[in-house]
Amino acid sequence: MLPRLSPLITSHEQLGAKFTTFGGWKMPIRFGSIIEEHNCVRNAVGKFDVSHMGQIYLDGKDAEYLTNKLVSNNVTRLRDNQAQYAMITDDSGVILDDTLVYRNSSESFMFIPNAGHDEEMFLRWVHFRDEWDLDVTIKNSTNEIAMFAIQGPLAVDSIDALSPDPLSDLKRFTTTVTTISGITCTVSRTGYTGEDGFELLLSSSDAVTLWDALDFPSCGLGSRDTLRTEMGFLLSGQDFNHQKNPRNPFEAGVDFTVDLKQDFIGRDALLELHSQELNLNFIGFSLSERSIPRPGSAILNNMGEQIGVVTSGTLSPTLDLPIGLGYVPPSYSSIGSSLQVAIRNSFKPATICSTPFINLQ
Amino acid sequence: MTFSIPGDRIYSQSHEWALVDSNIALIGITDFAQDELGDIVFLELPTVGDILIKEQIFGLVESIKAVSDLYAPLSGTVLEVNSTLETEPEQVNDDPYNTGWLLKIELKNLSEIETLLTAEEYGSQTS
Repeated sequence: MLPRLSPLITSHEQLGAKFTTFGGWKMPIRFGSIIEEHNCVRNAVGKFDVSHMGQIYLDGKDAEYLTNKLVSNNVTRLRDNQAQYAMITDDSGVILDDTLVYRNSSESFMFIPNAGHDEEMFLRWVHFRDEWDLDVTIKNSTNEIAMFAIQGPLAVDSIDALSPDPLSDLKRFTTTVTTISGITCTVSRTGYTGEDGFELLLSSSDAVTLWDALDFPSCGLGSRDTLRTEMGFLLSGQDFNHQKNPRNPFEAGVDFTVDLKQDFIGRDALLELHSQELNLNFIGFSLSERSIPRPGSAILNNMGEQIGVVTSGTLSPTLDLPIGLGYVPPSYSSIGSSLQVAIRNSFKPATICSTPFINLQ
Repeated sequence: MTFSIPGDRIYSQSHEWALVDSNIALIGITDFAQDELGDIVFLELPTVGDILIKEQIFGLVESIKAVSDLYAPLSGTVLEVNSTLETEPEQVNDDPYNTGWLLKIELKNLSEIETLLTAEEYGSQTS
């Protein structure tokens, strides 16, 4: 199958980007050095093309009802132009995807599935709309919409200077529609790096013009991954995966996205799980020896018995230390516990850390 | 993108270089290889006295996104290891032909030298 392409593909190729296929999309993994791109976002500002993220638009009087039935959080708490982080779970409470739900108005919502999940989620919403006979128009606009993330301590002032509206006043997890360098965008004060900044949604046909107008270093998915790993943020498909790593929101450490008073698909199973002890906890760890824990590496106790598995790992550019994320039973998950991670033919000493791994200013 | 390929050394298909001086060779990875790997953060190298066998794995190089085996371009005995790389693995990215060298070896079989590629031959493979 041919990969899906960002509207910026030619610009990225001309810049000499290295590419990866992620969720069916051919996207830049780095333009130069991942570490330099990472540091650029931690210390100044960088721009990411995240056009592989999905956009599903929901319009009609039942848009809120349908969405609230299909995500773990309480969508009815959103006011206009607010966004909320939520899980999409199946009947057994296992996470299918994580998403941001946006309320534009009482009868107009949008949510952002991860790369490669847009069609699946579109069909899920359509299926339940039809089953429950609801009044909602559902549109998968992923291919018509470009999405950029502008992140870093200088991001807000930099974008503010390009807009007629005072974007520095925009609160976290809120959105507005304005122009940036003359291009109409939905601007959201959100991100996936831990830094302040914005995510911009715009027409694919304007993507090249705005990308070129944003005079910040281009950053790829490689640094997006090291930045989110330092924050302990989940990566869909990797830190949870419906087939290969089926986890519920409690195991994944995102209890705050679950409102058990709402009636949503997966709620009954999660209500029952909530009263039980967890099988696994999502944890962060660091290694004292220089080596990189990779997804799939075994986590062992000090007896050498496998107790868990690594789901994400990198060398933290900020700490210059190998860090990882994974799952272990609760009895092993207290901060400071020592464990081992199997890397190739040796066991590397690991210590459980609190996440985020870094302290942001 | 064009990569640096110095004419004073010979190259393997697996992107290692050797700079031969009589029966001694310095060994490293090419500019093309370091660019493909990206930020190198860790290397596992043999120690002095270890034996390298041509085309067999002698170590590994780990970058942020990938781990790759290193293949011996020539057979020989390790005389010296670039210990700077323990604390500054990025030297392999910054200057793969000079400060980023990996090993100095004493060659076991000088006839192997002819089997490697010249700079021109290697260049036509990577361009």
